[in-house]
This record gives sequence, structure tokens and C-alpha cells, in this order.
Amino acid sequence: MEPAPLLHDVREVLQPSPFHPRIEALCTVKNWMSWNGYQTARVYDSLASEYFAIRSACSVMDMTAMEKYRISGPDALRFLNRLVTRDVSNLKPNRVTYVAWCNDEGKVLDDGTIFSLQDGSYRLCAQHHQLDWLLISSLGMDVDIQEETHEFAALSVQGPTSFSVLEAAGIKDLQTLKPFGIANTQLMGFELMISRTGYTGDLGYELWVEPQHALVLWDAIFGVKERGLYDVRAIGLGALEMVRIEAGFIMPGDDFNTAESTVRAGHDRSPFEVGLGWIVNFDKPYFTGKKALLHEQDQPIKRRLVKLKVEGNKAPADSFLYDGKNGRRIGTIQSQVWSPILKANVALADIEYKSGEAPTEIWAEIYYQKELEWQVTWARCAVTEAPFWSNSRRSATPPAVY
Amino acid sequence: MISSSTINAIVIGAGHNGLVCATYLAKAGYRVQVLEARDSVGGGASTSNFAEGYQVSGLAHVLHSLHPTVCKDLNLDAAGLQKGTAIDTIALDLGGAHLTLDTDSASGAGLSHRDAEAYTAFKREFRSYAKALEPMMMARPPRLKDMDFQDKMTLAKLGWKLRFGLGAQSMRDFLRVGGINIYDVLNEEFSNPLLKAAIAVDAVMGHHMGPRTPTTVLTYLQRLWGETHSANSLPPGGMGQVSRALENAAREAGVLILTDAKVDKILIQEGRACGVQLESGEEHKADVVVSNADAKTTFLDLAGTSELDAMFAKRIHTTRTNGNVAKLHLGLNALPTITGLTELQMGQRLLIAPDMRYVEHAFNHAKYGEFSEHPILEITIPSIADPTLAPEGHHVMSISASFAPYSLKKGWDEARSIFTDKIIAAIERYAPGLSNAIVARELLTPLDIETQYHVKGGHWHHGELTIDQSFMMRPIHGTAQYNTPIDGLFLCGASAHPGGGISGVPGRNAAQRILAMDGGT
Repeated sequence: MEPAPLLHDVREVLQPSPFHPRIEALCTVKNWMSWNGYQTARVYDSLASEYFAIRSACSVMDMTAMEKYRISGPDALRFLNRLVTRDVSNLKPNRVTYVAWCNDEGKVLDDGTIFSLQDGSYRLCAQHHQLDWLLISSLGMDVDIQEETHEFAALSVQGPTSFSVLEAAGIKDLQTLKPFGIANTQLMGFELMISRTGYTGDLGYELWVEPQHALVLWDAIFGVKERGLYDVRAIGLGALEMVRIEAGFIMPGDDFNTAESTVRAGHDRSPFEVGLGWIVNFDKPYFTGKKALLHEQDQPIKRRLVKLKVEGNKAPADSFLYDGKNGRRIGTIQSQVWSPILKANVALADIEYKSGEAPTEIWAEIYYQKELEWQVTWARCAVTEAPFWSNSRRSATPPAVY
Repeated sequence: MISSSTINAIVIGAGHNGLVCATYLAKAGYRVQVLEARDSVGGGASTSNFAEGYQVSGLAHVLHSLHPTVCKDLNLDAAGLQKGTAIDTIALDLGGAHLTLDTDSASGAGLSHRDAEAYTAFKREFRSYAKALEPMMMARPPRLKDMDFQDKMTLAKLGWKLRFGLGAQSMRDFLRVGGINIYDVLNEEFSNPLLKAAIAVDAVMGHHMGPRTPTTVLTYLQRLWGETHSANSLPPGGMGQVSRALENAAREAGVLILTDAKVDKILIQEGRACGVQLESGEEHKADVVVSNADAKTTFLDLAGTSELDAMFAKRIHTTRTNGNVAKLHLGLNALPTITGLTELQMGQRLLIAPDMRYVEHAFNHAKYGEFSEHPILEITIPSIADPTLAPEGHHVMSISASFAPYSLKKGWDEARSIFTDKIIAAIERYAPGLSNAIVARELLTPLDIETQYHVKGGHWHHGELTIDQSFMMRPIHGTAQYNTPIDGLFLCGASAHPGGGISGVPGRNAAQRILAMDGGT
């Protein structure tokens, strides 16, 4: 008898990335998830080993799924400067900058990075699909916008030994590469673009190649491990989530509702409200949302997304926040992690201000299970301005060799 | 807020609304300069010398909505305004059984007593609906969010007029028909096909609509609103004479008018309009810039998208502004004859639209980017009342022809003469021998109107008067109260509420708004 046909092939709904043959072999627990429609590993083997690869060794993550757009044409820079809240008019070739952009009402649509490429064009990387907004924003500008998410394979190589590993893999020109710089080099005869960027708060690089060279690049990096020089581990999005919270990086769509996906009035957020006021420059030509943001500045502060240290060892997952034990509810935890390196609970939380004033006391009401029995406790929280975790090696040039 | 005691304002475009707005501002003490791209004032309300010795109203040719408040406030009579004598509408019949319609009564060979009575009742009823809209038309459209006192007053007055002005029965009827199509309403009211078609033409001409299109009752009411305060007329000397009166009033009030001064861009500093730059490169500084240009030209061309929020620019970009009416001007060596019409009757407003099916079929072509095989025609022969418009013994004929889509599937290059011939052939069926009398002709397609009159899409109303582009959504919500997202920049033209027609009301309302805001934000 013929075997019954497969009802459903996962590849039909989730796209394998150009690195998939290697990823599939290493992803022993088969903990898959979708990232922008790509079949992406959440965890390869164990979360702890992947987390410590990032913080203590060298991690490799497939970031092909990151939304990528190529912006070119005479008005490309003018277009980008009108799109984003930050002044990018002085962005030099082979430099990268972190940006966010808003709708007309000054509410954040997404954040991302702009790469000024060596040929004079730009790459915009975004968390979420932005093509329609980019096209809307291009009205009246001489600019060409192409989605190139699938035209480039990308790896994020992060951790204290990432520089050493990449050098050992035969990648040149990294010695002098500064944070947010781009190097264009060759590896085994193909073009390789490297940016000193990342989402971990540590030393790290992002590597960009055409998809047909993806496996050669992967093998060159993992060859360093095979030769017994350095440990190199593939990491999934689970470990990345831990380190990005430690580094205080926000995730649009998780830490706040992006404007495009907001239905109810008042549930979208301005850059000031999510802690991105530092990339809003009013001293530049008009950008979408400028008028609304200028107006917001004159109003009492309504709310802020803040970095919170939460006392104790109970995870404040989805916790409500109060202005005192059993006090008035003033917010919620958006993302949180028990930081293994800090031995502390750290979180990003949305808190309300009363009459423009920050709450003086913040308490989390934490529900947790003890042998399947639910318990509740209170934990005092402290707002911190600096990232929970940072390391000077992130910006040292040349990077330290380990 | 502007600190200097005298506010300096620039008005872009010396069309009638630009002149009206400028005069109101000057009378209030502003120093006003009007900059006009063409070599004379008037814009769509002008007289055109389309051939040696032959003159017609360039675009608008029937004066039907110039508002008495504007005439009174600007003292246009003293400025030399002559509206001309009131004219009737005559719906032409091939067999000679023409229908004559004035504001209140209808007569004609084929008209039943019942239809004649129904017409009088219908006009009275529908004019009362149009009158009920008056508080809405003569004020800035109220915002529905963050309403201020004036917004609430406007809505309250509108509500009062609808409920107590009309009375319970009429309000119920108004609410029933207000949003539906004129086809259904006319079929309920009348049986004479010519009568129904004549009214349907008023509902659809100038719009991308057929009689069966929803909201054509509303467009009819907008047209009828003009009739609540003045009759149709052909101004002696053409529509340019009306603009000349406006120009006189403007100059009298101290307005400076500069022609051949095409504005290339609106100068903006720190989000505030601070003047304009002409095509010549010359800069004119001002505290307030008022644009009588259509919204697309104002925002997308003159201000530029990079001075605007992205979605605002996109929403302006997607407003529907494609015109549907062509204008044909004919120079004739003799007055054509139409069986059954006296010379006096030939000088009225003549319609060719035998029945509503004809009108709907004419529109069908427009839906698919074609001109009408059998267009609906509004014909005037202004030289009968004013012989100075043509050489002695000669005449001029001015025809609005629908439908002639701006975006013609096959382009206008070759279609231009084909469509012209179709219009002439259609008239000739009623006026045999017309073509032999033609000594000069000029067709203005919406494309020509766009380039010659600087109106995007060549649209009569600077944008469709559909319900989604009317009132507090004209041209789009967010800039429907004459002020714009750019501080110190205002709209005063037909793309602002209440829309097109030679009414002067957008210009007046805009001036009131500017004065109320003290020229500020």
C-alpha cells in the first residue's frame, strides 16, 4: 500500500533560511518558531549553554529573517531623514545608526538600523514588515525602495571571543573596525560585509553575504571550533531575549504595541514613552510625527517604559505594578528575565505617571507556583537609567583578544 | 500668534475665492498681496478670447451660486458686478416638445399637469433641505473630536435647522433621501423622462457620478444651495466680468495683485509658512500664506511632501481629483436654430439629456476611462444677451460636456477631435446646420484645464464632492478648517469646504478662520 501523503509540509509555511542545513543538524531539541516567516530555532540544545556562549564565549545566530530594505536614489538620505526621528543627515559611508520612526501622531511604528553602504545606497533593517510605510513615505521623493530580506543571508556573531573567532576564521579588517562601523572584505573569494553591531550589549559583529555563500561562511566560523581553537555555539531567539533585556534593548511589539498594530486609542506609544527620547532630534528638517512630538513635549508626562530591577528571586512575569504594597495599580511588566550573570531579576516595565510625576515607589505583585500551588508575593522595584549589564569591551578598538 | 500690528498675507492664486479671501483680510487691516500665475485674474471664473474676436467664459459659464453675503460684505455692486438677467433651463427634445424649467415651475408640450405640480412641490421641498444646510456651509466645518464652542454652535444650528426649520415630516424625508441616489428619488416624484434627466444632470455634472450613484441627492442639494439665494444667470462680458468686480473690490480694499507671478514653492521655516518663492526665483515674505490652489498643488507641489507627515501627504495624494467635464467653445457665423425655440429661448441654459438612462449610459463610459459615446451637454449662447462677445452677426457657443475623463484610457491626443465631433454631432441633431456655421472651435479637456488653469485633474470642484470628501472631510480630515498642519498656511479655494462653484464662500470662510486665529496656528 502507498504511504499516505504528508498532509502538511512545514517548509510550505515556514521558509528555511540559507543556513538551514547546518541549523537543522545542530537544533537537537527541535524547538522551532517563526520569525518573519522563517523557520527559526528558539533553542538549539539548552538555554543556559546558549546564554553563556553569548556572555562568556562566542555565539552565532541566524538573523536572515530580519526585515531588510535597500534605499537608493538621489533623495535616499533626505527620505531617511524625513522617515526617522533621529538626525541621520551626517551618516557617513560604512557607518550604522540606530533609529526609530513614527506615524503622523508621533507614535512609534518600529525601530531599526540604517546602514550607509559603500555604493552610496542604504540598508534599513526593521523588526517588522515596513514596506508599505516606506512606500507611503516616499511620495514626492526620487528614491527607490526594494525589500531585500531574502536577498541577503545574515549571521550575528556575538560574545567576548567573537573577534578572535572571526579572525581565526580568516576574516580580515576587523582590527580597526569601530562600533557601528562597516567593513567590506572578502572571504574565500566572495564578498562579505561585516558591521560591528548587535543586540547583546557585548562585543559582536553582524555578517552579511549573498545566500549562496551562506554555508561557506557558516563552515568557516564553525571551523574554528572544529580546529579546537575557540568554542562557538549556535544560539536561538530564547537566549537572545535574555541578553537583550540585560542590555536594556527594547523590542517593538513585545515591550510596547507598535502604532500600526494598535486598534484602541491610547495604546500606542511615542518614542519618549518607550525611552527613545534620545534619538528624537527636533533640530533637523521636518520628519513624520515631529509636530505631534513637539506638542507632546509640552504636555505632562503620561507614562514611560523603564528598566526595573526587581528584588527577590521570583520571576515577575506579566506582573502588575503598584505605587506601594496593595497600592494603586500603575503599570505592568512587559519583558523580564532572571539574569544569570547579574543574579537578579531585571525587567522592562510600562509605568504611568501621575500629574506628570514619576512614581516614587514601585512594587510588583508576583504570582508564582510552588509544587503546582499558586503563591503571591510582593517585590520592591527600582528604576535604573543605565543598562542592567554592559561591558567596556563592547566599544574597545581594537577589540581585546581572548 | 503674530506680534506685529499689521499682518502681511500672501494669497496664492487670483481665482474668485482668492480675491474674496484677500479682500476680507484687507478690509480687516491685513496687508495682502495676491500672486497669480496667469496673465489675468479670475482663474476658473474668467473670460477667454478663444479665437480672434470670439469670447466666452473660460471655464464656469453659468453663475448660479455667488453668495449674497459675499456680494454685500465686499460691496460688489459698487465694484461693478453685473450678474446678468436670470435664465431658465430648457431641456431639449428632438421632437420639439422642449421643457422649460425655472426655479419653481416647469412647462412644456409633453409635461403632464401632475408632473408640473410635482416639480413645484419638489423644488420647494428640496430647496428647504438645501437651506437647512446653510449654517454648515457658511462656517468652518465642525471638528468631531476636541470640539470648541464654535464647532458645537455650528452643529447645534444645523440640528435646529433640520429639526425645526424643516419640521418633523420634512426632516424625516430629508434623512431618508439625503444619502441615496437621485435616480430613485426622481422616479418616485415624476414620470416625464426629460424632466427627470434635467434634474439628474444637475446632480451629476462636474462629478464622477451617474444618476444611480449613491449620494447624488447630496450633490444635487449642493447645487441647489446656490439657488436658495440667487438664480442662474449669464454675466454680461462673461465670467471674467465677475472676477473684474472682485478685483476692483480687492484693489479698493488695498490688495496688491501681481499677475504673471507663478508661485513655485511655499517657504517654510521651523514648520511655519513664511512666504513664497516665485518661478522667477523671487522671494516674497509674509506672516500668513493663503493658498487658493487645490490641496494637491498646495501640499504636494508648493509645500512639498518633506514638510508634511507621511500619511497626511499620502491622504492628500489619494483624494479623488480627476475631472470629468470638457469645455467646448464654438465661434459661429450665424445663430443656429432649434425647432420650437425663439431667439430669447436660445439664450437660456440648454440641456441635452433626453432621459436618465441616457445620463447613466454617458457615465458608464467614464467608469472605464472612455469619453461618453453620447455625452450630456449644457449649452449656453451668451452672445445673444451680450453681442459684444462675438463679431457683429456672429455668436459664441459655450458647452460643458460630460463625461470626459481626465485619465482617458487611450489618451487625449487623438480623442480630442473625435470627442469634439461627437459633441457637435449631438447638438446638430437638435440644431441642424450647426456645423456649417462653425468658424472657430476650442476643446478644453480636463487635461487642458489642468495645465491652463493650474488645477490638478482639471476638476470643476478641485476634487470630487463625494460625502467622504465633503464637510469636515474636505479636502481631508485634519485640514478641513482652512488651517493646515503647516502653521501660517491656509486653504481658501474650492478644495476646502464647501467646495466649487463661483460662490466665494470658501474664500470668505477661510478669511474668517484666519482672522479668528489672528493669522496664527
